[in-house]
Amino acid sequence: MDLKPIDAIPTDDERAAVDHVLAARPPTRDLLLPVLRAIQARVGWISKGALAHACARLHVPPAEAWGVATFYHLLATEPSPRRVLHVCDDVACRARGSAQIAESLAKGASRDDAAWKRSPCLGQCERAPAALLVQAGAPPIERAIGPIDAAIAREAIDGAPPTTPASSGVHQPRESLRLLARVGVVDPESLDDYRAHGGFSALRRAHELGAAWVIREVTDAKLLGRGGAGFPAGRKWAAVAQQPTSTRYVVCNADESEPGTFKDRVLLEEDPFAIVEAIAIAAFAVSAARAFVYVRGEYPLAAARVEHAIAAARRRGLLGDLPIEVRRGAGAYVCGEETALLESLEGRRGEPRSKPPFPVERGLFAAPTVINNVETLAAALLVVRDGAEAFTAIGTAESAGPRLFCLSGDVAHPGVYEAPMGLPLRALIELAGGATQGIAGVLLGGAAGTFVGPDELDLRLTFEDTRRAGTTLGSGVVVVFRDGTDFGAVLHGLAGFFRHESCGQCVPCRVGTAKLDELLARVRAGAPDGSWDDERARLRDLGHVLREASICGLGQSAASAVESAARRFAIWPDVGKREEDR
Amino acid sequence: MAHDGGLVPLRRKVQLTIDGAHVTATEGQTILDVARSLGLDVPTLCFAPNLSPANACRLCVVELEGARTLVPSCARLVEPGMVVTTDSPRVRDARRMVLELLAATVDMQATPRFAEWCARYGARVDRFGAPEARAVVDDNALFVRDYAKCMLCYKCVEACGDDAQHTFAIAVAGRGAHATIATELDTPLPDSACVFCGNCVGVCPTAALQFRAEHELRAAGSWDETKQTRTDTVCPYCGVGCVLTLHVQDDRIVKVTSPSDSAVTHGQLCVKGRFGFEYLGRR
Amino acid sequence: MFGAGGGTSSYREVGETDVILLWGSNARETHPIFFHHVLRALERGARLYAIDPRATPSTRWATRHLAPQLGSDIALANAVAHVLIDEGLIDETFIRRATIGFEALRTAVADASPERTEPVTGVPAPLVRELARDYGRAERAMICWTLGITEHHDAVDNVLSLINLALLTGHVGKWGSGLNPLRGQNNVQGGGDAGALPHKLPGFQDVEDDAVRARFEQAWGASIPPKKGLHLTDQLHAMERGALRALYCLGENPAQSEADAGRVRRLLRGLDHLVVQDLFLTKTAELAHVVLPAAASLGESEGTVTNSERRVQRLRRAISPPAGARDDLWIVCELSKRLGRDLGEPVAERVWDELRALSPMHRGMSYARLEALGGIQWPCPDESHAGTPLLHDRLWAQPREGPPAPFHVLEAEPPAEPLSDDYPLRLTTGRRLDDYNTGVQSRAFPSPRRRAEETIDLAPSALARFGVREGERVIVRSRRGAVEAPVRADPGLPPGLAFLTLHRPEQVDTNLLTIEATDPRAGTAEFKAAAVRIERIAPRPPAEAGE
Repeated sequence: MDLKPIDAIPTDDERAAVDHVLAARPPTRDLLLPVLRAIQARVGWISKGALAHACARLHVPPAEAWGVATFYHLLATEPSPRRVLHVCDDVACRARGSAQIAESLAKGASRDDAAWKRSPCLGQCERAPAALLVQAGAPPIERAIGPIDAAIAREAIDGAPPTTPASSGVHQPRESLRLLARVGVVDPESLDDYRAHGGFSALRRAHELGAAWVIREVTDAKLLGRGGAGFPAGRKWAAVAQQPTSTRYVVCNADESEPGTFKDRVLLEEDPFAIVEAIAIAAFAVSAARAFVYVRGEYPLAAARVEHAIAAARRRGLLGDLPIEVRRGAGAYVCGEETALLESLEGRRGEPRSKPPFPVERGLFAAPTVINNVETLAAALLVVRDGAEAFTAIGTAESAGPRLFCLSGDVAHPGVYEAPMGLPLRALIELAGGATQGIAGVLLGGAAGTFVGPDELDLRLTFEDTRRAGTTLGSGVVVVFRDGTDFGAVLHGLAGFFRHESCGQCVPCRVGTAKLDELLARVRAGAPDGSWDDERARLRDLGHVLREASICGLGQSAASAVESAARRFAIWPDVGKREEDR
Repeated sequence: MAHDGGLVPLRRKVQLTIDGAHVTATEGQTILDVARSLGLDVPTLCFAPNLSPANACRLCVVELEGARTLVPSCARLVEPGMVVTTDSPRVRDARRMVLELLAATVDMQATPRFAEWCARYGARVDRFGAPEARAVVDDNALFVRDYAKCMLCYKCVEACGDDAQHTFAIAVAGRGAHATIATELDTPLPDSACVFCGNCVGVCPTAALQFRAEHELRAAGSWDETKQTRTDTVCPYCGVGCVLTLHVQDDRIVKVTSPSDSAVTHGQLCVKGRFGFEYLGRR
Repeated sequence: MFGAGGGTSSYREVGETDVILLWGSNARETHPIFFHHVLRALERGARLYAIDPRATPSTRWATRHLAPQLGSDIALANAVAHVLIDEGLIDETFIRRATIGFEALRTAVADASPERTEPVTGVPAPLVRELARDYGRAERAMICWTLGITEHHDAVDNVLSLINLALLTGHVGKWGSGLNPLRGQNNVQGGGDAGALPHKLPGFQDVEDDAVRARFEQAWGASIPPKKGLHLTDQLHAMERGALRALYCLGENPAQSEADAGRVRRLLRGLDHLVVQDLFLTKTAELAHVVLPAAASLGESEGTVTNSERRVQRLRRAISPPAGARDDLWIVCELSKRLGRDLGEPVAERVWDELRALSPMHRGMSYARLEALGGIQWPCPDESHAGTPLLHDRLWAQPREGPPAPFHVLEAEPPAEPLSDDYPLRLTTGRRLDDYNTGVQSRAFPSPRRRAEETIDLAPSALARFGVREGERVIVRSRRGAVEAPVRADPGLPPGLAFLTLHRPEQVDTNLLTIEATDPRAGTAEFKAAAVRIERIAPRPPAEAGE
């Protein structure tokens, strides 16, 4: 290409950061995000000189690299302090007082070398309120902490870096656990320990019985995707395996970013070998040449554990010649959407693609690609190990198998819980020690999900029951809100989240999420633009255009929680009761 | 022997239904192609026949039986048995909202047909607020960038990038409501990779990118497309033979474009063809 | 090619081919929209081989860049031919059916291995072999060239050496395979089509063919000189001899655009009568006895032009010319009237219809059809014919239609002007993106990228060799003249090569340096290779500076 380079010189540190990533590999475009991340990790921000060097090494047009750098909110494109505390400001942490911590920090003195920022959900909801400390350097420090209070947060900004909190473990009887069976039991950094607990027997079985058998078994198990969309995993695998091509990929979607979701993080941190084994099985089943694990940027420990597990398994020869590479996000909720994730993996802005074509036909680098959520792969591992029949014996006819739920908010023991599909919501909350106070409502499925009221707690947690009830399991989020919750504030927070996370590609989402946020600000302030009927009409119209006309699931579900709340709770200042009763 | 074949493989015929009419289309066509061939007036902003679908404005959405949401007709290829409705209440509501959301954030006044569409779909342009003012970026002698009028249709990025020019001087930067079209670090165009082909100007649907003459005439209130003629002729520079469409107002060339269906240019020009006409007035 | 004066392929085929040899062309800058078609091919995975002594924006897109010594194109093409034959990459069936002269070529290039020619071309032999293999094995492949091939004293041989490669491999006359010169000006092709050549009547019909001439004489009601006329270089020679005393010059600026411009100006000044018809009072017009102000082809005139894919397209009038300026056609008709012959109404379509009636290859191209079809590629023999995107598919017909295509045995020749101790540096010329020829038209628009000053571009290592600094003003001198320009270092240039454009003769009158060594068959001078030296402008001693 006849590119024009940026006229700026990198510092030695910036040069070293870029060159380290490219030391032992060809400088391909898809390494742009790893390179930008490396600069950020080493220096704390991406200067003009650093960008110049990244572009020169990767032959990326500077304008495009700038577009990528400004897309991800963990990348700073203006001079930034070396140490930044990202304080979670999202739904689960707010339910536990994160707003007060932020208020307190805002009153403190600012410093040149350290700062704090509000962050969307960090996926540490069982430790709410939580934060992520990032300190640039060689090596950098990246550490999740929680629960925090204002004093801990201040100390994290000003004092010695805090230590990693202990694993939050499992709070339910172990006998019934399958997906979580090894969590808190095996040493996540010991391949021997994993193997002593039956690890890599499923991969061996897959090799013995063949790729076709694996795909049939996963299909027969009726395993539906656990990331939120609920697509049959077996159909995905079969579709990729059937494509007439020699190049196929497997991508593990570990960009768990749905507010209130942290199950995948727990699996990656506590049982990383299982995910690696499952990826190897998927790659074997579809004859993939290469596999990737895309871990969200806010999960340093998960990424490190998986990287370690891949290296250990490779050294032991368990992965054959399959390259599995961990790539990390850099702060973009939308990259949990599968095609946005693929764009990000290719070194571009995480903007979702138009579907069709679906990734099974045209995925990563335009090749057929299996892209599965972490828990889906963990469930597939169970299917291959124990057979489809054992899997379908759990759950209901349409919703087979066990499933992970992320309980947070006003429950006694926030955490990840495994339950057979079909368990009523009330029983699941009981499993977590019950609500701390009377329940005003529950958010199912995360920010992209819906609220249910206290009269809906008998809802059975299956794909079919939630669909009938007009709600969703989503990614297994269950956030409990106690009586007296200011839903106006909760909804405004959710709308602000989508406004912050919209990629900006399509008009309905880019503008619609901003207008939804503005509308909820007016609701909270009790100051309508025109009449409240006008505002209700606006909400209805925004919901319609977001749901019907947005490119991807982010926009399509951006108003769903708000709309569901408007149906159930008294959110409108002019009506003291539910809209549906009027 | 006349050749018109090229490498296009034989395309299958596809039967589908659009607004109740049974039609036979060709594999590889989009719903929009077929709808327009039937004379249906599906509005579009980010679509251009010489660029890959940007799929961003969502104004062209239609209802497709069996689909969970509306689908963009500009990007969706026809499939056998599709049942498409281009003007249902569901579609009209979505289009009305797209128009209202655009009007709330972008100065759409210079966009051809925008007012007509607002009337057609009952869009109230002030319902979600008014756009913020933004300073015009005036950093070169040939064209100005009035980003208050930019609706982020991506066309300029595509034309500058791998749909045509391959210069990659601009890209979308920032995210969400903060997304803009930018050079790296907002470098002025003359210092960027820009080669001033003006292919971005040629595809801009909202007049966010304007020839200097257009900018000056608009500022003076005398830009008047009803008084303009458009005449196709051939560029005088080099032997490629690019078709130039001269936009003339008051016997003066105010803008140069190229037809998107020209086999020579596919609608794209270079700096000389686009801007090199000023010698005519220097005699 | 093979008797038809135009490129064989359509631009669309360029976008759909698999291998492109871009030879002596910086199309990214000089034919930007043609290069879009190359980019379409590259997006599809095609390979581009750029053959150019300079590294340019075009070569940066290339899969491989071959940088031969300036003027060694025939040697390089012969080496490619050697590999094609030696490694069995030729299409023997095609050669047998469609060509003649293969054995002679085979013998001639038998010793021209890339290894043996490397000292002449400077191109590493493995690179030549790679190009040959890729070109030879490709299903579809194109050769495209520009003035890097034709502005040489052996221009025709250069072209024939490329044609050899296409004939060896059968990469001609098939969709996606062909031979394409990119024309430098918007109607170089059309001027030839319409008979603006000294030996041709419209439609490339030979003026010395009595039957042809008879048809035209009948149509025109006048007699046509039975012998071919003079092309530009012949005209200059005739002026030198005193045989040519009057010149009517339309839309040309030879005082600046021709090689060895000092000589040209002297000859023009010596004419008894010089009439110049132009948009501007050019340097040539300044020498004229009569200047006829003309309307521009862009926007002010009606007519047609033909592009590099043989597409005839309409010129249309959109604005009024300045007061006093007249359409070329009107001026010609008016002149004729005053010379005693009425050519009729000066209406472009009427002239075109007359040409169509006399030129079989244009016959089907009515204005209405040109309009409806977005131009038509010749030949187009009748009004039911869609035009001809692809030329010479006759070579693939069985049995072959028309005469076989000949191979040519070609001797590599160095540039006409050798380097010497006095003139040790090779000067080549070319265009930049935002300017055109002598800048008469292009200088009017304020290109943001145009350099403030025209420069003499040298390889960075050459700066040290001549003891000059970047930005320093130097004298560039050839055996014919000298110019002054600031030095600019261009890492894309090889050490022995200097580069100038012709764009701003008011600053740097480049053609004072170039050599009028012309291929008699083409009439194009060797703008691409002169011998020059760099002279420092001695700084004035400080004592004198204040005086």
